[in-house]
Amino acid sequence: MEAPALEVVGLGKSFGSVRAVDDLSFRVEPGRVTGFLGPNGSGKTTTLRMLLGLVRPSDGRALVGGHAYAEHPVPGALVGAALEATGFHPGRTGAAHLAAYAPQVGVGRERCREVLEQVGLTAAADRKVGGYSLGMRQHLGLATALLADPPALVLDEPANGLDPEGIVWLRGFLRHLAAQGRTVLVSSHVLGEVQHTVDDVVVIARGSLVHASSLSELAATAGARTYVETPTPERLAELCAERGWTCAPTGAGHEVPDVPAAEVGAAAYAAGLELHQLATRGADLEDVFLRLTGAAA
Amino acid sequence: MSRFTAALAAEWRKLTSTALWWVLALGMAAYLAFVGAAMAFSLTVAPEGQAPPLGGLDAALTVYGVLNAVGYVFPLVVGTLLVTTEVRHKTLTQTLLAEPRRGVVLGAKLVLAAGIGLLYGVAGVVGLVAAGAPVLSAVGDGAFLGDPQVVRALLLGVLVTGLWAVLGTGFGAVVPHQVAAVVAILAFTQFVEPIARLALGAVDGLSVVSAYLPGAAADAVVGASLVSQMGDVDLLPAWAGALVLLGYAAALTFAGRLTTFARDVV
Ligand SMILES: Nc1ncnc2c1ncn2[C@@H]1O[C@H](COP(=O)(O)OP(=O)(O)OP(=O)(O)O)[C@@H](O)[C@H]1O
Ligand SMILES: [Mg+2]
Repeated sequence: MEAPALEVVGLGKSFGSVRAVDDLSFRVEPGRVTGFLGPNGSGKTTTLRMLLGLVRPSDGRALVGGHAYAEHPVPGALVGAALEATGFHPGRTGAAHLAAYAPQVGVGRERCREVLEQVGLTAAADRKVGGYSLGMRQHLGLATALLADPPALVLDEPANGLDPEGIVWLRGFLRHLAAQGRTVLVSSHVLGEVQHTVDDVVVIARGSLVHASSLSELAATAGARTYVETPTPERLAELCAERGWTCAPTGAGHEVPDVPAAEVGAAAYAAGLELHQLATRGADLEDVFLRLTGAAA
Repeated sequence: MSRFTAALAAEWRKLTSTALWWVLALGMAAYLAFVGAAMAFSLTVAPEGQAPPLGGLDAALTVYGVLNAVGYVFPLVVGTLLVTTEVRHKTLTQTLLAEPRRGVVLGAKLVLAAGIGLLYGVAGVVGLVAAGAPVLSAVGDGAFLGDPQVVRALLLGVLVTGLWAVLGTGFGAVVPHQVAAVVAILAFTQFVEPIARLALGAVDGLSVVSAYLPGAAADAVVGASLVSQMGDVDLLPAWAGALVLLGYAAALTFAGRLTTFARDVV
């Protein structure tokens, strides 16, 4: 099955007086992992639910491969989804949970065992979900999404509740799925969490789009910083004040944002300032994220 | 597999993968066994020198008639649960991801309810006959299990149990809150309707109305009930009773389709 692009066009949703999503447009391409980012309450889950036909948009459209989700002949086999607050019956086993949805995506019990193994739940397959930990539920949700081996995946905060090992595994797994040509959309409220996973980012705040680009373009908007260590920090402070640079203490040294290392080095040399370290530090994406999402406030 | 059969298979697997359905079925069989035996004793055993209240076929028919009269709470509840557990445990999201056509989901639930209701009917008959028949034949004038009237009453009892389950699913679609739905069912079946039937039956001209209450309609299908024997009410013909029950189920389902099954699922 060809991987569908996901697209929302002028999407809006009001819950009474709350405008959860407002005039949102973006596109998610196949073969890439797209991070759908925004702070708590910014409208991520609501957008994903509209995309999957669970919530009716107040305005605009949300499309999977050019059509509404519900219009596809076997939608569950086209898009695998794991949404926040999707429930499990506590009295049902993990295997039975998957088996219940298997007929509708056209797979058998064999495949249920397979996905359970993929997410590492084989040992717990015949235990009731009521006794699962948060991370195990998260894995079961992922297994449900993978059931039909779908060409597109929509995962709402899939890393919540996972241990570091689980997060690393998830990262690799999502990259692997995208490399196979699938469309992968993952939401998160922490950019750092998906920074090493995503190719593209869509950032929203208060229901509106604030940024959509590749991750590298986003990184480029964050100016580089220069890290300096000196035995005489008071002289560094004087130098920065002279030049009109800001100089923030961090760890054992100081950071000078938006000034290339060469420039800081030259100035220190001219001033006879002794340096023990001079290094370019990558953009702090988390700062960019905060700036972007704060700007809409 | 068509979308509908796939949805039906999914509903079946959901229902049978937790314990509740067979616990309720066992409960129904046990409850009817108890009531059936108690009823058979009270009808056939009389103090020294007095005739028993009922004898012969009448006693048998009254005992077998309790299948509907006291057993209908079980199919109603299991029917509601098909909807309310999904809302309570938030599995409705996953269900609608698998089948976004909500009418298909609701339709599959109704069909499953009919089937499971018939099964409950059989469970009830088994309990009732297992406990009632020996008492009737040992203490009374016989079990009359081969009598065509008895066979008819039991078969119609099974049918009406199926109808109750379908009605329950419709009700669950209107009142998706599990606790509220079960409380409402208990209050209505144990209190509101019996009192309404007695009250309406006592007022001239209104007893016609009481025949259209769901319990009275069900009695009409089966042909006997405790309450209908107490009050002096006219029942509908059996076929009309079945239609009235189906009418309730249809109206509730329609209302549920426009409310619970039209809402945003969040
Ligand atoms: N059913 C609802 N009724 C009323 N308001 C709602 C409902 N669902 C969501 N909202 C509101 O819509 C806004 C967006 O919520 P949403 O759950 O989409 O945010 P989110 O980005 O997923 O947040 P989080 O990171 O916390 O999961 C919030 O203000 C929320 O309160
Ligand atoms: Mg959310």
